[in-house]
Amino acid sequence: MNAAAKISLRDVAKSFGPKKVLQGIDLDVAPGESMVVIGGSGSGKSVLLKCILGLMAPDRGSIRVDGEETVDFNDHDRARVMRKFGMLFQGGALFDSLRVWENVAFGPIQSDGMKPDQAREVAVAKLGAVGLGPEIGELFPSELSGGMQKRVALARAIAREPEIIFFDEPTTGLDPIMADVINDLIVKCVSDLGATAVSITHDMASARKIGHRVGMLYEGKLIWQGPVADIDQSGNAHVDQFIHGRAEGPIRMQVRKL
Amino acid sequence: MTFPLLTVLGRMTLAFLQATGSVTSFAFQAIRLAVQPPFYRQQLLRQMLEIGYYSLPVVGLTAIFTGMVLALQSYTGFARFSAESAIPNVVVVSLTRELGPVLAGLMVAGRVGAAMAAEIGTMRVTEQIDALTTLSTNPFKYLVVPRLIAGIVTLPILVLIADIIGVLGGFLVGVYKLDFNDTAYLRNTLDFLEFQDVFSGLVKAAVFGFLITLMGCYHGYTSKGGAQGVGMATTNAVVSASILILTSNYFITEAFFSR
Repeated sequence: MNAAAKISLRDVAKSFGPKKVLQGIDLDVAPGESMVVIGGSGSGKSVLLKCILGLMAPDRGSIRVDGEETVDFNDHDRARVMRKFGMLFQGGALFDSLRVWENVAFGPIQSDGMKPDQAREVAVAKLGAVGLGPEIGELFPSELSGGMQKRVALARAIAREPEIIFFDEPTTGLDPIMADVINDLIVKCVSDLGATAVSITHDMASARKIGHRVGMLYEGKLIWQGPVADIDQSGNAHVDQFIHGRAEGPIRMQVRKL
Repeated sequence: MTFPLLTVLGRMTLAFLQATGSVTSFAFQAIRLAVQPPFYRQQLLRQMLEIGYYSLPVVGLTAIFTGMVLALQSYTGFARFSAESAIPNVVVVSLTRELGPVLAGLMVAGRVGAAMAAEIGTMRVTEQIDALTTLSTNPFKYLVVPRLIAGIVTLPILVLIADIIGVLGGFLVGVYKLDFNDTAYLRNTLDFLEFQDVFSGLVKAAVFGFLITLMGCYHGYTSKGGAQGVGMATTNAVVSASILILTSNYFITEAFFSR
């Protein structure tokens, strides 16, 4: 176990019925590091993220945040550790009954007890940090494009200035230019906050841009991890096939031949 | 040798017991969290407005026509025995004890229970409930507890208003169609009305309010899948709330009025 790690996982396993989704994951993320976990659909990336966040309990294993074991936390301790986290969900997960500024200010108001006027100023500042003007704050999420919703979700994720930010498929569903804009914003926000980041994605352009280190998840196991610069020389046939997006290789898709 | 019928019956019994246990545990968790801070007052007020104020037109309309029909039907029956003078009593007692709470409960179950299940179910499938957790907000406390309290508090108020509107409906038919004296109709209404008639109706309303919001929240909160899951949650919320209203109505009536 790496004592200096911000997040440390040992032998984390999770099954749903007979399906073993995670099979003994070991992972360390250093403070200030941006770790990207890549892998195909159904490889267990989202489950891994939910286990670290505490949204799902692993069947076995240890998950430590700042050296503190979090697996058996009660509600109070869980809320305390959650304070360190920010999360950008794949679909944004914005509260559609609230205005954009209320979404961004939700954490500061509801969880930190900030006065609404002050929280509104924070929300406007955070919207500015992701390139959105204060007028956007008055709209409802349904009035925004997909790219703008992602930006608002990013503003909400950084509103409480978290120590650790999680990104779940941050560029999925976006055009390549908007995807690059989001990647740039993620790099900037993480760097400005000095935060640790854990991202899951199957977008290699995104992984190369936002990650310091990359790990590949395949059939519930972390089969390779290393610096992002080494990914092209990983020496792992599964990683090679995935990063080049080839249909032929050791990874077989569960589809019938036409 | 296998008994397919027994197998099916066994599975149904197990599924029923599992669902009952799950709902009971959900209700106890809500009650436990209801007495612990933080309290989301703004959410509570919003839900009271949603359940109470916005249900007024539909409940009021149901009540006035029920009162009118009740007066009319009672007249056609009672006239055969020259007992027309009992019509105001029948109208007010039927409304306050039974029809007010049950009809208002069923209307609110259709309007509010369905909307609640759809809203919370959509939040579940679009990860908004997970987002609440990551923002250090207990989603159960933020979404479920205010709705349950709002249901328990506002439904009795709604039923009290429905009782008054229903009696007014009966009064209008009695006076303007059946040629009752207006003062005599009102005196007959008030003379025979007992505190227990109104009180039992309000207790029923509070129980129905709890059941409607519990079913709406439970089915929404536990919904799975996409649009189909949310649709199923909505249907289940309305059907289960309606059945529970009719079932619990019997037991509350038994508790108040059985001799």
